[in-house]
Amino acid sequence: MLTQHRGIREGRGDQIFTIINYAILTVVLIVVLYPLIYIVSASFSHPRAVTSGQVWLWPVEPTLAGYEAVFKHKYLMSGFGNSIYYTVVGTIINVIMTVLAAYPLSRPDLPFRRTITFLFYFTTLFSGGLIPLYLVIRELGMLDTRWSLLLPGAISVWNVLIMRTYFQTTIPRELFEAAQLDGCDDFGYLWKVVLPLAGPILAVIALFYAIGHWNSYFSAMLYLQRKELWPLQLVLREILIQNQFDPNMMSNIDPQQLALRQQMSELLKYTLIVVASAPLMIVYPFVQRHFVKGIMLGSIKG
Amino acid sequence: MQVPLAQSAPKQKTRKKLLRELARHWQLFVLLLLPIIYLIVFQYWPMYGVQIAFKNFQAPLGITGSPWVGWRHFDRFINSYDFQRTLQNTLVLSVYSLVVGFPFPIALALCLNYVGKRWFKSTVQLVTYAPYFISTVVMVGIILQFLAPNTGLINMIIQKLGFQQVNFMGRPELFAHIYVWSGLWQTLGFNCVIYLAALSGVDPTLHEAAIVDGASKLKRIWYIDLPELMPLAILLLILSMGGILSTGFEKILLMQNPLNLRTSDVIDTYVYRVGIASAVPNYSYASAIGLFKSVIGLILVIMVDRFAKRMGQAGAL
Repeated sequence: MLTQHRGIREGRGDQIFTIINYAILTVVLIVVLYPLIYIVSASFSHPRAVTSGQVWLWPVEPTLAGYEAVFKHKYLMSGFGNSIYYTVVGTIINVIMTVLAAYPLSRPDLPFRRTITFLFYFTTLFSGGLIPLYLVIRELGMLDTRWSLLLPGAISVWNVLIMRTYFQTTIPRELFEAAQLDGCDDFGYLWKVVLPLAGPILAVIALFYAIGHWNSYFSAMLYLQRKELWPLQLVLREILIQNQFDPNMMSNIDPQQLALRQQMSELLKYTLIVVASAPLMIVYPFVQRHFVKGIMLGSIKG
Repeated sequence: MQVPLAQSAPKQKTRKKLLRELARHWQLFVLLLLPIIYLIVFQYWPMYGVQIAFKNFQAPLGITGSPWVGWRHFDRFINSYDFQRTLQNTLVLSVYSLVVGFPFPIALALCLNYVGKRWFKSTVQLVTYAPYFISTVVMVGIILQFLAPNTGLINMIIQKLGFQQVNFMGRPELFAHIYVWSGLWQTLGFNCVIYLAALSGVDPTLHEAAIVDGASKLKRIWYIDLPELMPLAILLLILSMGGILSTGFEKILLMQNPLNLRTSDVIDTYVYRVGIASAVPNYSYASAIGLFKSVIGLILVIMVDRFAKRMGQAGAL
């Protein structure tokens, strides 16, 4: 926008404004960035340096000890694997279910459309709550199985509504009429016309679901007793929040490290924060554009 | 005799027509089959199960077989000491979050909108979005690490400056501040996106005219940008009122400890504690509290929706 006005010289007041503006934003930048840099630096520093407060900005006596410990930890590695499983399988289920719901609802000629839409919408206004859902999961025998993390959240109604609106607004009706004239049925139309045009919305919705799966801990805490099934976030909760770090969980631990146990567990926490957040942090600059689009799509609905 | 006949003829016709419509669209219903099964099993079945709030749930008798007790659980909750405490904590945390979370994203969007250097603007955006992607567990882990006595960054700075250490997580009066400001740190950039988009939609001729008239940038913010943003901002604020009883449950649960429970126990965490985490879980009592919250939440959402619609009609949008 400013490029348009470059021809006009800024007044003195505006110059001061610009300086203050940059100063404020620089402060915001530092306030957000510094904790992140500190965590990364701490994760690469010597355990002693972390606990004695020698780390301020850059790693001190850099080591990879924390990372080695993380990759030797039995439940962290299984947690990582489980999280990947829940995220991939869960997101696939989510996207399929969301398309299955959103496409028929986007068709103006669907009989009982208003009633069915309300059936979906009502669940965003009111729910049975935590305990009744828990009892249902128990009744279905899904407690302590992987299904308990994949099925109960298979559909987010907000995403259905967003996708439905997208179908309605971006896919021209003429296309549907033309396809019908060509003898294309509803399955064929969804498969051959709607889905190929739905790329952007599928990407956005899949992204929202995937981030939700990767970051969630509560359902797992509620439904899963068996540690082999725990996603990463739940293992992290034990170590980061409940402060339960059991060095026996690391195979081939050498005695010198045992002496450093206390310091080591502090270092390990910083390492864990980095390892757990790295996948999203690396991916997100590339998908940021989609994400912004998703927020906008969502707000059109709201 | 004639009347029912005359009525039933068109009725039969419409029914026939309806059946034909359904038959013509059978494929759409096949597509909808799985989603509707999902809704019934995981949404409406629990709603049916919420009747245990009015019963004394006994596992061997099941949901339908357990004896009715009427409003007893609701009475017990409303008259208990926990009611006032959890309701107050819930309201304090969510109102405080709203008050802090409202102005900052708007201010950031306005600042970014007047940045001429593209690389600077996109750097600030990229960095401020990033914390949004940190999971709740890791976020609370970061909070605990930074605020820890002796080894935490904040306490080390406090000590370097020559002050006494503070046991942040052990002081109930600090809980709300930690919760709210860490939340702002995490969501500031993300929440600013929508305002930035709104600002990019402002008619550029307004700014051009203002520049010709010699308006400073501050004046342009005050007289052009803010009035453009206000309807959106107020709408978002109103809509967030609907969820005022259910904010940040997962984060609060992780930040809780026995020392700060006095100010950190909200309705949702209380339900979790008496219903699931307790050694003798009281499903009925916990369901009653959950239902109480859901009903008030529903009323709030409907009211807020009405209000927002009326504002929209009054020309605010």
